[in-house]
Amino acid sequence: MTFEDAALFSNTWGLVFLVICFSVVVVYALWPSNRETFDRAARLPLDEDADDGE
Amino acid sequence: MSETKNLRLGEGLTAACLGLGLILMIVIAGKTHDGAMQFHAYLLAAAALVAIAAIVNRFLDRQETDAWRTGESGYNLGVVKLATVAAVFWGLVSFLAGLVIALQLAYPAIDLDLPWFSFGRLRPLHTSAAIFAFGGNTLLATSLYVVQRTSRARLAGDIAPWFVVWGYNLFIVLAATGYLLGVTQSKEYAEPEWYTDLWLTIVWVVYLLVYLATLMKRKEPHIYVANWFFLAFIVTIAMLHVVNNLAVPVSIYSTKSYIVWAGVQDAMTQWWYGHNAVGFFLTAGFLGIMYYFVPKRADRPVYSYRLSIIHFWSLVFLYIWAGPHHLFYTALPDWAQTLGMTFSVMLWMPSWGGMINGLMTLSGAWDKLRTDPVLRMLVVSVAFYGMSTFEGPLMSVKAVNSLSHYTDWTIGHTHSGALGWVAFVSFGAIYCLVPWLWQRKGLYSDKLVNWHFWISTLGIVLYITAMWVSGILQGLMWRAYDSLGFLEYSFVESVEAMHPFYVIRAFGGLLFVIGTLIMIYNLWRTVHSGEVMEKRAALLQQQPAE
Amino acid sequence: MSFSHATIEKNSIFLLVGILIVIAIGGIIELVPLFLMKSTIEKVQGVRPYTPLELAGRNIYVREGCYVCHSQMIRALRAEVERYGHYSLAAESMYDHPFQWGSKRTGPDLARLGNKYSDEWHSDHLKNPRSVVPGSIMPSYSWLATTDLSYATIADDLRVNRMIGVPYTDEMIENAKQDLEAQANPDSDGVSDFEQRYQKAASRVFDGDANRITEMDALIAYMQMLGTLIDFNLYDENANKR
Repeated sequence: MTFEDAALFSNTWGLVFLVICFSVVVVYALWPSNRETFDRAARLPLDEDADDGE
Repeated sequence: MSETKNLRLGEGLTAACLGLGLILMIVIAGKTHDGAMQFHAYLLAAAALVAIAAIVNRFLDRQETDAWRTGESGYNLGVVKLATVAAVFWGLVSFLAGLVIALQLAYPAIDLDLPWFSFGRLRPLHTSAAIFAFGGNTLLATSLYVVQRTSRARLAGDIAPWFVVWGYNLFIVLAATGYLLGVTQSKEYAEPEWYTDLWLTIVWVVYLLVYLATLMKRKEPHIYVANWFFLAFIVTIAMLHVVNNLAVPVSIYSTKSYIVWAGVQDAMTQWWYGHNAVGFFLTAGFLGIMYYFVPKRADRPVYSYRLSIIHFWSLVFLYIWAGPHHLFYTALPDWAQTLGMTFSVMLWMPSWGGMINGLMTLSGAWDKLRTDPVLRMLVVSVAFYGMSTFEGPLMSVKAVNSLSHYTDWTIGHTHSGALGWVAFVSFGAIYCLVPWLWQRKGLYSDKLVNWHFWISTLGIVLYITAMWVSGILQGLMWRAYDSLGFLEYSFVESVEAMHPFYVIRAFGGLLFVIGTLIMIYNLWRTVHSGEVMEKRAALLQQQPAE
Repeated sequence: MSFSHATIEKNSIFLLVGILIVIAIGGIIELVPLFLMKSTIEKVQGVRPYTPLELAGRNIYVREGCYVCHSQMIRALRAEVERYGHYSLAAESMYDHPFQWGSKRTGPDLARLGNKYSDEWHSDHLKNPRSVVPGSIMPSYSWLATTDLSYATIADDLRVNRMIGVPYTDEMIENAKQDLEAQANPDSDGVSDFEQRYQKAASRVFDGDANRITEMDALIAYMQMLGTLIDFNLYDENANKR
């Protein structure tokens, strides 16, 4: 492996791979049907059985 | 079955392992010619003995004979209490050690010509005590608390959680006494020698297993995002610790080992470790604290749960690349330096995403900042997080780094993160935890929290501004030329110019120590004279909700 | 969605594996090529393993935490090269387990400290830094001169270093103890053999006391060889240009 090969690979496939990974995360996070799950999840620390927050 | 008391399997196995360890330690202590090794072998033997006694005592004290069949009820808060107390204790130790070495730089005669009291041995003591002892115990306390509460499940394991917290603190004692005796492998923030590293590896694997097993038996379908951060912290630290510390000991009877990596590869491995100790220990772990304690204290859900998901994955992905920014213009190949710079600058974005998420959680409840000093501490810590994660990428730009590297600017930067972010978010979490754990109505005094907050903030401001000025001054003096084209200053002239700033820095550190003492007094009074809250005590004894 | 992220977050093992994959990528890409690419460490004449006494001295340097205040890495910047000498090459630390590049200059860089000052200066400076540099804030290390160097197992140190890639020969390991003593005592018999085994190594009484081998001997022997192995008059900068 030379430096040039590695650089070429990361400039092309590496970049494509990272863009795809990032898109997957963003799409998942913004997917409309997930909204309900997240709203519920966000309340997890607050809706505890023993309320000791006050 | 209920007629006889049974020694639980876990208790029996643990005691047996401890017994074997005890014998091994006695053999090593007898055969070694290395004084430090002998001391540590005896120390470990004593620890094993005490642990065996504790297990026997636990067995003798037990009332019910078959409680283990139905499972212990309630949350396991004992280990959380232990880690909280340890965090407060080690916090004071690390801040005091920091104050001593700050004074040594201002007044070098304070080294007293004693081997164990010299700057080179005390500085690792200070950094390890701050990061691993104070920070680590805070993370143990909060992660073990949060995972139980957000999973609605008791901590997995019977002896295992106790082993984790006691074992971790034993690691700290081994490391700290080792530093004073000159036992170090000289890799920054990874100074403990091979046997201490091995011990930490065992403890850490058990920690990971306890954490995972608790998540698996959770009664909530969703894993709350704070646990993602804690889990990433535990897993990544395991990987970094093992790879960076690979070493061959000179013999099993010697404290000395040689790291398998050499030169430039060792440098890259070390800063891959070192930067991610910052990224995953001091950032991901403490973001876990932020994502639980800020919403909890503000009594409103996190600003955007979706943002927290993007925050998590991009932070975890980007951080791991940033290590080379510690090695600009060195013998590290250019391609690695460029990668490090690129990712360090990109890291700014997820960091600020997280900061915005934490701060905006308060939107609509900003008035609470005026009335609740604990919440104010938490929020200011997030603001400091934002500040140091802006400064970090800035210093990772090669042109800036050529000036800032090797200077006090770096020290200022780490302390705006360590004091402003890590310590403040820890204080905030501890102020929340102590009344919850000891079932008090609230803290002994909110006014004292206020004093703690303002004195410490003043200390931090003095500290970091002194280091900014001295760092930039140093950097400029090292590269200043006179009219004839010669370097204008000798090195020692730059050292002499630092003196006033070192004095200011030490004073800032003193203020921070005073703030901590105020906190300790406040917590002490909370536990010892605060009013017990019956309702909460009863609730905490309940089975986790079905 | 058939692939649902919910599966990941509802299952702690998936979450664990996901985290592992994500963190592994950056580490692998930055670390592995450093070992595979020959251009990481260019070939340079003159670099050799440490002599036993230098290695023992280096271990004291490590033990006392000198790296927390002194770097051993001259960056390729004009002001640094003019102050400290030729910028550091990767080859110069290729036998360093662990590396001592450092991260902070509370004191000056030491990468090319060797032969800049006399042994006597070093000895005085270590005993009381302010006796020779009034503005210094370095701690004093006077006890090094009164502590005998412990080197009974120095051959094991060399052996372990060979295991992890330092090219010590059998001969070097066998004679490690004699070589250490020979370097600290120029009148001893083993000196010529020692100097043959380690090029450019000097045999001297480093701490001024010929009767005993102290930690001060070892540390000064180490500091006096720092950065002296490569002859930069012969070094061709362009030979390694990529």
